[in-house]
Amino acid sequence: MFDFLKNLFSGEKSGDVAKERLQLVLIHDRNDIAPEKLEALKVDMVSLLKKYLEIDEMGIRMELERRNKSVALVADIPLKSSQRQIRGRKKNG
Amino acid sequence: MACRIIVITSGKGGVGKTTTTANLAVALANEGYRVVAIDGDVGLRNLDVIMGLENRIVYTLVDVIEGTCRLNQAMIRDKRTENLYMIPTAQSRTKDAVSAEQMLDICGQLRKEFDFVLIDSPAGIEAGFRNAAAGADEALVVTTPEVSAVRDADRIIGLLESMEKAPISLIINRIKPDMVKRGDMLSTEDVLDILAVDLIGVVPDDESVVTSSNKGEPLTFSNSSRATKAFLNIAKRICGNEVPFMDLSDDQKGFFSSLKRIFGN
Repeated sequence: MFDFLKNLFSGEKSGDVAKERLQLVLIHDRNDIAPEKLEALKVDMVSLLKKYLEIDEMGIRMELERRNKSVALVADIPLKSSQRQIRGRKKNG
Repeated sequence: MACRIIVITSGKGGVGKTTTTANLAVALANEGYRVVAIDGDVGLRNLDVIMGLENRIVYTLVDVIEGTCRLNQAMIRDKRTENLYMIPTAQSRTKDAVSAEQMLDICGQLRKEFDFVLIDSPAGIEAGFRNAAAGADEALVVTTPEVSAVRDADRIIGLLESMEKAPISLIINRIKPDMVKRGDMLSTEDVLDILAVDLIGVVPDDESVVTSSNKGEPLTFSNSSRATKAFLNIAKRICGNEVPFMDLSDDQKGFFSSLKRIFGN
């Protein structure tokens, strides 16, 4: 009876919460990429990006991240600071 | 008819694999088919106690594999019905006592003598499950309407698909209609939405399942509870009959049902 009243006022049913949580966790489970695969993807991506940008290969981070209602592949790819900027900084300092 | 070999599995433990295996084996035998149920859970056998045949074990599946006895010596005939046999497994051994090839070989021998071979798989996704499933053509996946069980069911369905088992059908066990009505339990539709697999049965949570396991008498021998009816219906659907799903919404324990009863509506 208490649960019934709680449901009535909170608006959110625990069954709905369960479904939502399950859907999220399964997107993640089903897309779970083996570490070797992610590493191979990283190598491919780096070789592509290198054609256009100077990137800091050591600083690359890549992972699946759980968002609000989905899962995203998040890549953090730092660019190498260009020579000009460094020179500029030296001058000011 | 051509023999059908079906593995009953779930991923998560404790959702009712063994109970389902026992009840379906009895129900199919009562329909007139020749049935054998195999305990595939080496080291943690339970099908024998659920079926009430634990005192009749002489030889086990492992004895057959090791050549200690012939296959038919390990088959225990259930005297309560026609054409029902159970093959127990060893309790004091580990999962590696039976290999996938050996299971395949045993199933091949049983195929000639039976209409249905039901294999009760262990929980988990490791060797024990893989060996138990090795000889099966089809799979029944048992889950309960809980996040953890559905998640594991999803995993096991993926594995069964990669093992090319077909069809793969789902049984939702221990559903509580009054909780579903209140919105406090995943509904059948919710689970199907998530798993996208064929549903073959919904078994309501029922105290009779506990009492039947206490006694070692599968419900489908004689009981008339709603869980019994659900298992009988699943057996009929396995045989290809179209049986409408039971309406569980008229459950008498719900809050609104109590109100209705009070006000005589």
